[in-house]
Amino acid sequence: MTELGITPSQTAGPYLRIGLFRTLVTPDVVDPGHPRAIRIEGRLLDGAGDAVPDGMVETWQADVSGRYRHPAGDGAGARTTDDDGFLGFGRSGTGADGGFVLTTIKPGPVPWPEGGMQAPHIEVVVFARGLLKHVVTRLYFPDEVEANAADPVLSRLSAAQRETLVAVPQDGGVRFDIRLQGPAQTTFFAV
Amino acid sequence: MSVDVRPFPEVVDAERAGVDPPYDHYDYVGTRLRAPKEPLVVIPPTLTELTGPAYGESSIDSRDADLTRQHEGEPLGERIVVSGRVLGSDGKPLRGQLVEIWQANAAGRYAHEVDDHDAPLDPNFSGAGRCVTDDEGRYRFVTVKPGAYPWRYHRDAWLTNHIHFSVFGRAITERLVTQMYFPGDPLFPFDPIFNSVRDPKARERLVSTFDLGLTEPDWALGYRWDIVVGGKSATPLEEPHDD
Repeated sequence: MTELGITPSQTAGPYLRIGLFRTLVTPDVVDPGHPRAIRIEGRLLDGAGDAVPDGMVETWQADVSGRYRHPAGDGAGARTTDDDGFLGFGRSGTGADGGFVLTTIKPGPVPWPEGGMQAPHIEVVVFARGLLKHVVTRLYFPDEVEANAADPVLSRLSAAQRETLVAVPQDGGVRFDIRLQGPAQTTFFAV
Repeated sequence: MSVDVRPFPEVVDAERAGVDPPYDHYDYVGTRLRAPKEPLVVIPPTLTELTGPAYGESSIDSRDADLTRQHEGEPLGERIVVSGRVLGSDGKPLRGQLVEIWQANAAGRYAHEVDDHDAPLDPNFSGAGRCVTDDEGRYRFVTVKPGAYPWRYHRDAWLTNHIHFSVFGRAITERLVTQMYFPGDPLFPFDPIFNSVRDPKARERLVSTFDLGLTEPDWALGYRWDIVVGGKSATPLEEPHDD
């Protein structure tokens, strides 16, 4: 089998808005009128605690029953047939205050490769000028105390690391700030 | 159920099999307050990472792939065709991949409010394109060659001509945002973003090839550039043996 050399990552730069903020991929993972819709609000901050106004946040998640809209995502090896338009992917730019907002639903638990389940979580991928490669983190939900305590990722992190990954409850959803650098840096994963 | 509390391993930078640039690259000033300093935590890829979005079935206007036909008039500049394949590191063509690009105009100016480079905007050029790969993983854009532009960190600091590319791959582990460069650019030795990729062979993979086979006679020159995606979970890479 030929292994081709991978194309390296390069920064998305300050002008990613031109190419990536178009109608196809939006911050609305579900319609804001969806009965289960929640809002995820947060700020993207740099090592000085200042806003990152030229960044982008992407989210990837399972549906309420813990299935991914992907050929490998439902355990049966086939794309799910639900015709509800849910894809599970969202994209939001950051504003002048570093703020981003996405509308989605809370996902169900998904399997852990060594058995058992992972607590409900959303994969969060961040791009910005100054990031030569995107960073990947996870958002966990504050109302899942038991599932979070048993989660195979969270339980193997330090309390300080864990704290950066659990969102804060607020009206209509959760708040999830992302700190690229500094004493309270968000925990990022090598995936 | 007992909870496993053994820590996961950590790594210090972003390297995917020695290919990706490190986050912390002092010469690229933008990294200094934005590069994470804490090590990345290595988790085994789970269904979350081994899946990802697919937009391939969405319909996209064909004008989206021709950046010279998005306005009333034609943009100024040297018209070019940029085409290639999106492949997995196993050589498999990735069909139905959404490819998104953005770039400066021929004068080196982005159609973006933050860009205040003293060069003209072109009312006939937005600089954004997208298309979906065909069954052979092929994408094709018609555009104008982007100009170089200064970024003021020091005297004569200019960025090499480039086009930004975004592809999803088959899973989050394969998500890639990168830049395509043009062969023979005199600014290569001076561009800290290009040179953030430490392996010269990997860096070379960011450079397109001039290709007469892609030209449109009497219309546009052609550049070929293949994009190879691969994830951290892949086995360590071998360079192709024929180079």
